[in-house]
Amino acid sequence: MLIKLTGGKVYDPANGIDGEIRDIYVRDGVIVAPPADARIDEEYSLHGRVVMAGAIDPHTHIGGGKMTIGRLMLPEDHRGDPVCRGHLTRAGCGHAVPSTLTAGYRYAEMGYTACFEPAMLPANARQAHMEMADTPMVDKGAFAMLGSDDFFLRQLAAEDDIEAIKDYVAWTLHATQAIAIKVVNPGGISAFKFNQRQLDLDEQHVHYGITPRDVLLTLSRAVKELGVTHPLHVHGCNLGVPGNVETTENTIIGMNGLPVHLTHIQFHSYGTEGDRKFSSGAARVAELVNSHKNVSIDVGQVLFGQTCTASGDSMRQYGNTKSANPKKWVVMDIECDAGCGVVPMRYRDKSFVNALQWAIGLELFLLIDDPWRIFLTTDHPNGAPFTFYPHLIRLLMDKGFRNDMMQKINPDAAASSVLASLDREYTLYEVAIMTRAGPARSLGLKNRGHLGVGACGDITVYQDLADREAMFATPVFVFKNGELVVKGGRIVKVVQGATHVARPDFDRGIEKSLRRYFERYHTVGLDNFKLSDDEIITDGRGRLVIQPTAARA
Amino acid sequence: MSEVAAAVEFDHVPCPFCGLVCDDLQVVRTGAALKVAKNGCARAVSGFERPLPAASPQIDGRDASLQDAIAAAASLIRKSSAPLYGGLATDVAGMRAVMALADHSRGTLDHALSEAVGQNLKVLQSAGWITSTLTETRNRADVVVIVGSDVHALHPRFFERIVCADTTMFEETDKPRTVVFIGEGLDQSAASGPRVGEVVTLPCPLHRVDEVMGALLARMRGNKLSADNVAGVPLSAIEELGKRLNEADYSVLVWTPVGLQTRDSDLTVHAICDIVRLLNKTTRSAGLSLGGDEGATTATSVCGWQSGFPTRVSYASGAPDYDPLAHAIPRKLAGNESDLLVWVASYSPDLTPPDTSVPAILLAPPGMRPPRTPAVFIPVGTPGIDHAGQLIRCDSVVSLHLHDLGRSQTPSAAAVLSAIEAAL
Repeated sequence: MLIKLTGGKVYDPANGIDGEIRDIYVRDGVIVAPPADARIDEEYSLHGRVVMAGAIDPHTHIGGGKMTIGRLMLPEDHRGDPVCRGHLTRAGCGHAVPSTLTAGYRYAEMGYTACFEPAMLPANARQAHMEMADTPMVDKGAFAMLGSDDFFLRQLAAEDDIEAIKDYVAWTLHATQAIAIKVVNPGGISAFKFNQRQLDLDEQHVHYGITPRDVLLTLSRAVKELGVTHPLHVHGCNLGVPGNVETTENTIIGMNGLPVHLTHIQFHSYGTEGDRKFSSGAARVAELVNSHKNVSIDVGQVLFGQTCTASGDSMRQYGNTKSANPKKWVVMDIECDAGCGVVPMRYRDKSFVNALQWAIGLELFLLIDDPWRIFLTTDHPNGAPFTFYPHLIRLLMDKGFRNDMMQKINPDAAASSVLASLDREYTLYEVAIMTRAGPARSLGLKNRGHLGVGACGDITVYQDLADREAMFATPVFVFKNGELVVKGGRIVKVVQGATHVARPDFDRGIEKSLRRYFERYHTVGLDNFKLSDDEIITDGRGRLVIQPTAARA
Repeated sequence: MSEVAAAVEFDHVPCPFCGLVCDDLQVVRTGAALKVAKNGCARAVSGFERPLPAASPQIDGRDASLQDAIAAAASLIRKSSAPLYGGLATDVAGMRAVMALADHSRGTLDHALSEAVGQNLKVLQSAGWITSTLTETRNRADVVVIVGSDVHALHPRFFERIVCADTTMFEETDKPRTVVFIGEGLDQSAASGPRVGEVVTLPCPLHRVDEVMGALLARMRGNKLSADNVAGVPLSAIEELGKRLNEADYSVLVWTPVGLQTRDSDLTVHAICDIVRLLNKTTRSAGLSLGGDEGATTATSVCGWQSGFPTRVSYASGAPDYDPLAHAIPRKLAGNESDLLVWVASYSPDLTPPDTSVPAILLAPPGMRPPRTPAVFIPVGTPGIDHAGQLIRCDSVVSLHLHDLGRSQTPSAAAVLSAIEAAL
């Protein structure tokens, strides 16, 4: 099967192609060099259209227990967005925490071909993968959460050899079928179980005596030395706390050049200036990110409306429950492993705090120079549901539109933000970096996020509309592995994506101490805890892609 | 037959017969007979060791081939204008298959234990909660309060594995664990051993536990009560419990939705969760709901992620519609609002379908005796015995891979349901 995509305007930053008119050939799902005289089976004339690789969301909560808690807790949120069964598609529902089926369809309809669940608790990994398996259309992967689990904290407190810690981190990646490691409120989820209500970067955990700084330095070193491509994915201390810009600054500087990805940094960029003791720390954070090449970030943009926050950060989510809207919420302590907090939230444009959160996110986008180190996220659904991405892209690409939107927000928030003075407009090339090439490179996805020879045929074609929101909301064509799956923004073929994992080498001797630990303390045995490949593949419904890792250092 | 079947030993076997899903059983299979050799409770022994009678698919009570039974089932579903999918006692794959079928046939889904599970869901959907999980409770709880349900009868290894565990993670800081029973006649025999310190009982009739919880909440909030006893429990004992909870580092309040005997038991769950929320203003405390038998947690979760709602969902309009009152199968049957019942059970032959004149398609373990002869009967295997599967534990966090012990070739509910859907 040979497909030719003819004459489109191609934005392929991984290969340095910025809006050139090019033909693309896809043979049996893979992009190939122009064949000499082969027969073209299908040709799509794309003159005047914009061609990019399929988009990749590197941080979206699409699978796992806390999402299902959110679903079960908020029937009223789903009732407004029912989705009927279609000729090809299953019924479901949308909005803040959509059903898995609807999430997959809607991602594909927006031109996304891969999504990564960033907060998979090892204890909940099996269910997270079940939910991702029921998310059709897109490839997926998950980041395993460590850093508040008692096994690691015991290792750290006992000053275990770094090699043993690396073995444990690698074992976790294997056992949970993960592609990266995430840390959430380092040590803080555990500290909350001991009734600590905050844990700043250098504050000691009451039981283990370790600090978040110790956790971050150890885990980021372990991830790096294991050769895992994606750096430690960090949800830092003090999420949402006014003044946390201080912590963020100390975190960035404190990493001492170790690679780190700071996620939903908008929620960590708050100052305490002004009458309301809440101000933007975006300029300071942007300056730090610009000057620290070891740091990448995603924004976690807030957009207005009803959503539901869901995080492993039980400590901070408990603190946020006072803002719950509607007034109901769940906080959990989980399995000597982690925790979670699910708090519904309605961001209002007339609220000073919410409006400033909105502005802080946009300031970060516009003040951080290098699009290769910043990824476009709303931390779905924490800042807003992922279906807002086209709107967010327009805010970044269209200063006039941005200024119009700014007229609608709380005037004091608008006045205290530098946003109006920022003239930057993202280009299509930069958007392609932020939503494709950058995440693919950061996550170590071979043959994804670009359109060069050898790349898989995940391709999105847009109309080149002046209204960038309309453009990115409804792609003309989406190809998954070379198959046309979306046409005119509608699903024309339902497919099942692969699961991406990373499997660094490790010494299986670690299972000796793990087995003893599981036997003494856990309620599941070590062998039953681990997820087999068969559970991902589930009779051929799923597929595993093992992404390369570098040699262990 | 002179040949003797060899015994095959299986270790680390997860048990699907209650929501704890203990995974440390040793089971020995000889031919089609299973014997729980280690770590079996009464429920596990009864589940694993139940003899497997021969069973054939049937159409109108007469033996038929599996293929014909599937075709007959598909034909009934095709003709039905409002099929009901009940029981739902299956694994993750079975739930996926029945969801696909209900979506396809515009049916209604309701788990056999939805009424009890729904008492929890009402609280989740109106106020939320702070909860813990089995491992966390095992290692951390210094006070365990059993609220109004006979946990030991329903989950015979809960005390052994969670409350009385030999070794816990924070032993050096741990005080001996206090166990409090609220309600009369609850089996306390397992609350013993070196880990257990004091055992306290607040004896009241089980149907009046809500009054005690209400009084406890009121006193903890500082409200005055004029009575000097509540449901037969002296107010001083209730106040003493409030003090204990306030002084505890990590109390866990445990209940089982099916075990609560109070009227409007959601209000009891509500009171438990209010008490926990109040305690967390100063110390740590969590709720822990057990239950999850007959795959109930699995059904709620899979239905939750695929449709967006717990069970009691109808696809009649084409999109999922959740209504815990209107879409209850007992109510629909009583109101003559259906023309077909599809009943799925795979753990216990005792989970029989309701007695109804509506024609029924029954997917059940061999040996089930339904109240009426179903239009179609298809025997299905038990996940974790006859085939592999996945099951979500009562805490809605941990799920287990169930092992295939190779007892029989009886097809899985998932396989049968998918075949029916393919034949629609």
